Amino acid sequence: MIGFATRRFAQAMIVMLVVALLSFTMFRFVGDPINQMVGIETSLEEREALRERLGLNDPIPIQFYNFLSKAVRFDFGTSYQFRQPVSDLFAKRIPATLELSFTSALFALVVGVPMGIFAGLNRESPISKLFLSVSLIGISLPTFFIGILLIFLFSVTLQWLPSFGRGETVQIGSWWTTGFLTVSGLKALILPSITLGLYQMTLIMRLIRAEMLEVIRTDYIKFARARGLPDRLVNFRHALKNTMVPVVTITGLQLGAIIAFATITETVFQWPGMGLLFLQAVQNVDIPIMSAYLLLTAFMFVAINFIVDILYFLIDPRLRVGRP
Amino acid sequence: MSVLDIRDLTVEFPARKSVFVAVDDVSLSIEAGKILGVVGESGAGKSTVGNAVIGLLQEPGHIAGGEILLHGQRIDQLPYKQQRLLRGRRIGMIFQDPLTSLDPLQTIESQLVETIRTHLSLSARQARKRAVELIDAVGIPNPEERIGQYPHQFSGGMRQRVVIALALCAEPELVIADEPTTALDVSIQAQILELMKKLCSERNVAMMVITHDMGVIADITDHVAVMYQGKLVEYGETTKVLGAPEHPYTQSLISAVPRPDIKVDRFPVVNYIEAAGTPQRQIDISTHWLGKARDFSEISGPLVRIRDLDMRFEVRGSIFPSRRKYFQAVKSVSFDIEQGETFGLVGESGSGKSTIARMVTGLYQPTSGSILFGETDLTSLKNRRDVLAMRRQMQMIFQDPYSSLNARMRVSEIIAEPIRFHKLASGNAEVRRIVDDLLDHVGLGTAAGQKYPHEFSGGQRQRISIARALATRPRFLICDEPTSALDVSIQAQILNLLKDLQEELQLTMLFISHDLAVVRQMCNRIGVMRHGELCEVSGCDQLFEAPQHAYTRELLTLMPSMELLSRANLEGA
Repeated sequence: MIGFATRRFAQAMIVMLVVALLSFTMFRFVGDPINQMVGIETSLEEREALRERLGLNDPIPIQFYNFLSKAVRFDFGTSYQFRQPVSDLFAKRIPATLELSFTSALFALVVGVPMGIFAGLNRESPISKLFLSVSLIGISLPTFFIGILLIFLFSVTLQWLPSFGRGETVQIGSWWTTGFLTVSGLKALILPSITLGLYQMTLIMRLIRAEMLEVIRTDYIKFARARGLPDRLVNFRHALKNTMVPVVTITGLQLGAIIAFATITETVFQWPGMGLLFLQAVQNVDIPIMSAYLLLTAFMFVAINFIVDILYFLIDPRLRVGRP
Repeated sequence: MSVLDIRDLTVEFPARKSVFVAVDDVSLSIEAGKILGVVGESGAGKSTVGNAVIGLLQEPGHIAGGEILLHGQRIDQLPYKQQRLLRGRRIGMIFQDPLTSLDPLQTIESQLVETIRTHLSLSARQARKRAVELIDAVGIPNPEERIGQYPHQFSGGMRQRVVIALALCAEPELVIADEPTTALDVSIQAQILELMKKLCSERNVAMMVITHDMGVIADITDHVAVMYQGKLVEYGETTKVLGAPEHPYTQSLISAVPRPDIKVDRFPVVNYIEAAGTPQRQIDISTHWLGKARDFSEISGPLVRIRDLDMRFEVRGSIFPSRRKYFQAVKSVSFDIEQGETFGLVGESGSGKSTIARMVTGLYQPTSGSILFGETDLTSLKNRRDVLAMRRQMQMIFQDPYSSLNARMRVSEIIAEPIRFHKLASGNAEVRRIVDDLLDHVGLGTAAGQKYPHEFSGGQRQRISIARALATRPRFLICDEPTSALDVSIQAQILNLLKDLQEELQLTMLFISHDLAVVRQMCNRIGVMRHGELCEVSGCDQLFEAPQHAYTRELLTLMPSMELLSRANLEGA
């Protein structure tokens, strides 16, 4: 177990290094950083002095080393557009994105898992067929379209829920702001998290259904029934647990995807998160923000994958306990 | 009074346009402490009888007529919940494959305890105590310690013991065992059968054993019911039915069983079961493409000489050689295969017999040792052309007829492929003619060429495999368990076909099987393998009549006795 975790950790480190290299390359070689920072009237001498001060004349490996050592301290330089440290900008935005992502992931799991179990166990029931047809919509409609549809219905026509922003937020600690503690904050979460989580929900539902159908056919389920175990035990203790390995994999990856690709939803709902920040950065060629975003999302993917790998061990004894 | 009474049971499976009658008007009964065998070939409906009794018929199957009584009480019409309470409590069930019958994510203890507590009102501690006793009773050593382990930590035979313990959790009056030993090796099979017999008489349980294996029937059952296409064709005391079968189906079934005690030249052909194929147009081998132009170099002495063959697989890799772990699959094995003979390799699973076949064909590269084919050392061939020339001379027939044929190719293409690949024929027309001849010769008929593999039964598919193997005009054929996936009657046909072909084409064969009886019928000389080592090589009759090695003697005593089986049909054959 420890050997496995160490190996996976080393692999994760390699992935992070490669991403850092990409991010550094973008930072250093896409356009001239000095040109982006200074105005037209800056003299050549001043430019050269700035270049020297920023270390852009150092050999490339040393620059990369400096970049890395700053990155592990969350120092990604200064944003071109806002003239503020990138880390401060992200610190303000991260809580918004994380709260949105976790709410939508929770929504996807809480709704998707029971629907999947039901559809897997009652294959022929009309409700299962309804679930399947509805889920087709979730998979085939693009996210922004669902978002706009929801805004039109609940904000414009019915005027129940706000159409943009986070509502009122409460400051917790030095930099975390939360929308969970106010009514308007909670109301503001509903539409964007449904929009963001709908695709994942249908995916999880279909996955669990397919896995359940597979597991129900196995000999150990037949044997469990032949031993007279009540349906509750057969379905939940034996069948559901055996569907969990693939479900955990996909859910983990999807959580990463939710965080990384919240961009579209955040744009539609003008949600003040990282995705929106990133999109603005792309429009303004704000390279420090872009490279920091790249590193951060990669880090989250890697971290989630690492946790998923460890979860396998907890779920499946065949990995944990060796053969005699 | 009998424990189980089945009266005029009929089970139907409605299909789109018709109704398939899986069990047709079957009546059976079992007394306490007795074992009833239900025997038949695949599709005979024997498993369906068991499933109907325990109330687990697969949808859309249902009981269309008759009644099932347990101790005189009708159970086939009980509502779902009461029927569930019967399962495990009064009727226990044992499944075929112990490797898949247990939930891999739960410990043995939790599976036993949950079953015990479902049926008996015991505290968690009492239930655990009972679980330990049961594990002990089915003969698993160290019950206290092993009960906390997961199924994958047990061997196949041990898992079947766990399955039996689970079936006996709540002291059922009736146990249904569906092919309980089919997935096990002979030595394990003998132990499990012994255990079942013991538990049956000790606990006074009535047992229904569903099997296709006449040996199992002869070994443990008191009564036997023979089923054919859903109908009960013969039913009575085991000694009577096997010793003096009345129904022609039972007679032919028994005559098709390969016997370790008598050697026959050919198996009696059983046309009752599946037609051996369309009327065959025999080709004259001496003038045909298949027989002539066998441009093999003359070889004096044995065709294949295997010397000090070793094969080990890396179990754990590491960059440090000292930390690597190996599994020694084959340990310094040496033997010769003479020209024109059939050399048998027998042994239990994991004994390395298939690994040898794969090394001979070049699928595995041996760790050390040599394989001489004539004068050529196969392990030292580097040149691709030489390798191909060697491969053309040897072909392989695999165990599983379902996965060894490409499902997306027509049968004629499957057989033509090796001919085209090795450029053995001059044109498309000739290839087609050869394929047609081959199909006819293996008893499938020319029309089969246009079909796809899934349209054939297991036995017919194995004929396709044989035709494909013959298509390169080999001189050496390797058969790896060619009939172990087939019913006995089909097995008899395939073995006859192999014998005929060997005679006509002077083939040399390496025949691998776990079934001693089959090996006795097929082979001139036999090698017995155990844990990767070759224990003994001797002539067929000598091996069975005067075995030298202790392990061979052990294997022979473990085989189910066939003494009960009628000899009547064999003498005429």
